[in-house]
Amino acid sequence: MKVETATIEVAAADSAPASLPLPRVAGSRPLRTTVFVPGDAAALALGADAVAVAIATEAARRGIDLRLVRNGSRGMVWLEPLVEVATAQGRIAYGPVAAADVPGLFAADFMAGGAHALCLGPTDEIPWLARQQRLACRRIGVVDPRSLADYVARGGGEGLRQARAMAPAAIVAAVSESGLRGRGGAAFPAGIKWQTVLATAAAQKYIVCNADEGDSGTFSDRMLMEGDPFQLFEGMAIAGLAVGATQGYIYVRSEYPHAIAALEAALEEAGDFLGSFKVEVRKGAGSYVCGEETALLESLEGRRGIVRAKPPLPAICGLFGQPTVINNVITFASVPDILAQGAAAYRDLGVGRSRGTLPFQLAGNIKHGGLVEVPFGLTLRQLLYDFGGGSRSGRPLRAVQVGGPLGAYLPTSQFDTVLDYEAFATIGGGLGHGGIVAFDDTVDMAQQARYAMKFCAVESCGKCTPCRIGSTRGVEVIDRIRAGQEEQIELLQDLCETMSQGSLCAMGSMTPIPVMSALRHFPGDFGDKHK
Amino acid sequence: MESLATVAPIIEAHRLRPGALLPILHEIQDALGCIPPEAVPLIAQALNLSRAEVHGVISYYAHFRQEPPGRHVVRICCAEACQAVGGQALAEHARTRLAGSELTLEPVYCLGLCACGPSLQIDETTLHARVTPEKFDALIEALEAKP
Repeated sequence: MKVETATIEVAAADSAPASLPLPRVAGSRPLRTTVFVPGDAAALALGADAVAVAIATEAARRGIDLRLVRNGSRGMVWLEPLVEVATAQGRIAYGPVAAADVPGLFAADFMAGGAHALCLGPTDEIPWLARQQRLACRRIGVVDPRSLADYVARGGGEGLRQARAMAPAAIVAAVSESGLRGRGGAAFPAGIKWQTVLATAAAQKYIVCNADEGDSGTFSDRMLMEGDPFQLFEGMAIAGLAVGATQGYIYVRSEYPHAIAALEAALEEAGDFLGSFKVEVRKGAGSYVCGEETALLESLEGRRGIVRAKPPLPAICGLFGQPTVINNVITFASVPDILAQGAAAYRDLGVGRSRGTLPFQLAGNIKHGGLVEVPFGLTLRQLLYDFGGGSRSGRPLRAVQVGGPLGAYLPTSQFDTVLDYEAFATIGGGLGHGGIVAFDDTVDMAQQARYAMKFCAVESCGKCTPCRIGSTRGVEVIDRIRAGQEEQIELLQDLCETMSQGSLCAMGSMTPIPVMSALRHFPGDFGDKHK
Repeated sequence: MESLATVAPIIEAHRLRPGALLPILHEIQDALGCIPPEAVPLIAQALNLSRAEVHGVISYYAHFRQEPPGRHVVRICCAEACQAVGGQALAEHARTRLAGSELTLEPVYCLGLCACGPSLQIDETTLHARVTPEKFDALIEALEAKP
C-alpha cells in the first residue's frame, strides 16, 4: 500500500551526506529537517505507512515543515518501523515506532534528536549495525531509493564510469579476480560465467537478473530492490558492457509487488544513467522452481517454468537461444563496488574460496532478525546469538535451517560451523542465498521433513520423475514413519538417494538434504521414542 | 462480451514484445480479477500459439486464476520461517474462520517477511506481520465490513 502523499512532500533527493550539517536559517533549526520512515515491505507490514501519515499530520498540526523520505530498511526488523531524523550530529534513530507514539516524539523534540524512550541514538552506532561490514547493502535504508541524485551522491555510478573506460575482457578479469561467486545459492564463480558469454559470438546477448527470491528465510534481494535499486541496474549495465549485451531483464517474483513498484519507479528516474543499456522488469507468477535459472528463462520466454536440461549452458544458449548472463540480485549489486574499489579490496575479505561478504538473513524464531552483511568466516553461532540474540520465544534454539527449503537442518552441535561455502559443503549443507531460519525446542523435525517433501510436491515442475513422483511418495513414507512404521525409514533413505542422484535440477536433487539432515540429527522425532 | 473488450487492447499492446505471454496474462488478471476462458483463443491467435499452450501456462502458475476470486484475497505464508513462529496454527485458524466466507484464502510460500512472521498479504497490496489469531480476526472483520 502506498501512503497517501497529498499531505506529505516526499524528498526528491537527499544529496547531503548525513554526517554533514544541513543548511541552517538564523536560529537553531535546519531549514527543513529530513525524517526517514521506511517504505520497505517489512516496515510496511509492521505499520510504517500509518507512522508516516501520523508524522505528516502532526507536523502539519504544529506548523512544522519537514521532508519525509521513504527509505529502505536498515535491516533491524525487530526495530521496525524505525524512524530516523537527520540532525547536525548525524542520523538519530527511534524505534519501533507506532503511530500512537508520534505526538510524544514531537513533544520530545525528536526532530532535533531529543531524548525519548524509543530513541536508539545515532543509527550508525547501533552495535548490531556497527558490527557489520556492508558492501552490497551499504546504501539500503540510507538513501532515498527513488532518487538517482542521492545514489550518485553516495558513490553510486563510479563502477559504471570505470567500466566504460575498460575493455570488456578487463571488466570480466576484475570480476574473476574479486572471487565473486553467484549469491543466488549455487555459488558458481561469476567471472567464469561472464567469460563464457563474452567468448560466445552472437548478434544479441542478454543480461538476466534472477530476482525470484523464493527461499523462505531470505529477503536480501527484496530489501535491495526496494532500498537501493540503482545499484542493481548499475551492476547489470556493467555486465552488459563486459559481455556485449544491451538488454537486461529483471525477473521478480509476483509475491514481491512492492519490490516491483520500487524498481519501476527507479527505472523511470534512471534517465540516461545506464547509457544504451535497457532494463525491463518482468513479473513472475508464483512458481518456486522459476528461481532455477533455466526454468526462469522458460518463464521469461512465455512458457511454463519447466527446467531445461543442461548443457547447453545459458551462457551459450540462454534467453531466446542467445548467450545470457544470469545472476542473482546480490551478485549484480556486488559488482559496482568491485569495479570502483578494485577487485583486491573485495578479494581481501572472506575466508578460503569464499571471498567478499554475504548478506545473511536472520529469520524465523529469532529475537533480533534481519539483514546481516558480513565477510565470510563468522560461525553460525555468532550470527544466531551475537547478532540474533537467541530465539524470539525465549526458549532454547533446537534447529536451524540454512540456505532455504533445500538447505540442511542443523542441530546445536553444528552451530560452530564457519559460514563459508566449503565448510557447509563438508557438513552436507549449503549456504544457499544466506537465509537462516531458527526454530526453538517446540519444533517437530519429522513434521519439517514432511514439509520439505510436501513443498517439493507442490512446486515440482514435473519434468523429471524422481522429483515429481518421489516427493509425493516421500510425504506418504514420512506419514507412515510418523504413524509408527519405523521400518519405513530405510525406504525413505532409498527414495532420497534416488531423488538426489536422478533429478534434473536442484529442486528434486536437494529436497533430500533437509529431509535426511532432519532424520540424521533428530532421529527421535521420527520414532515412538520421542512421542 | 464485456471482458473481451478489455482483453483485446491488452493483447494488442503487448503481442510484439519478446516473451509476451506472461505480461499479457498479468495485465488481464489485474484488470478482470482472473483470466476468463474466452480470452484464451484470442491470446493464442495473437501469439501464434495453440490454445492448449496458453491454457498450459495459465494452469502451471499458482498466481493465475481462471475463476474470479472472492471480494478480497488473503494469502497466508506457509513457509518455514513463518512455521517457526506459529504460522501453521495461524493458517489453521484462518481456514476455520474463513470457511464459507466471501473472502478467498490462499497459501503463499514466502512473502520475504521472514524476520517478523507469521505474515500475510491482502489483495497484493497490504502486508501484515507478527499476525496472531486475534489480529487476524480483527483484520478479517475490517475486510468483511468493507464493500
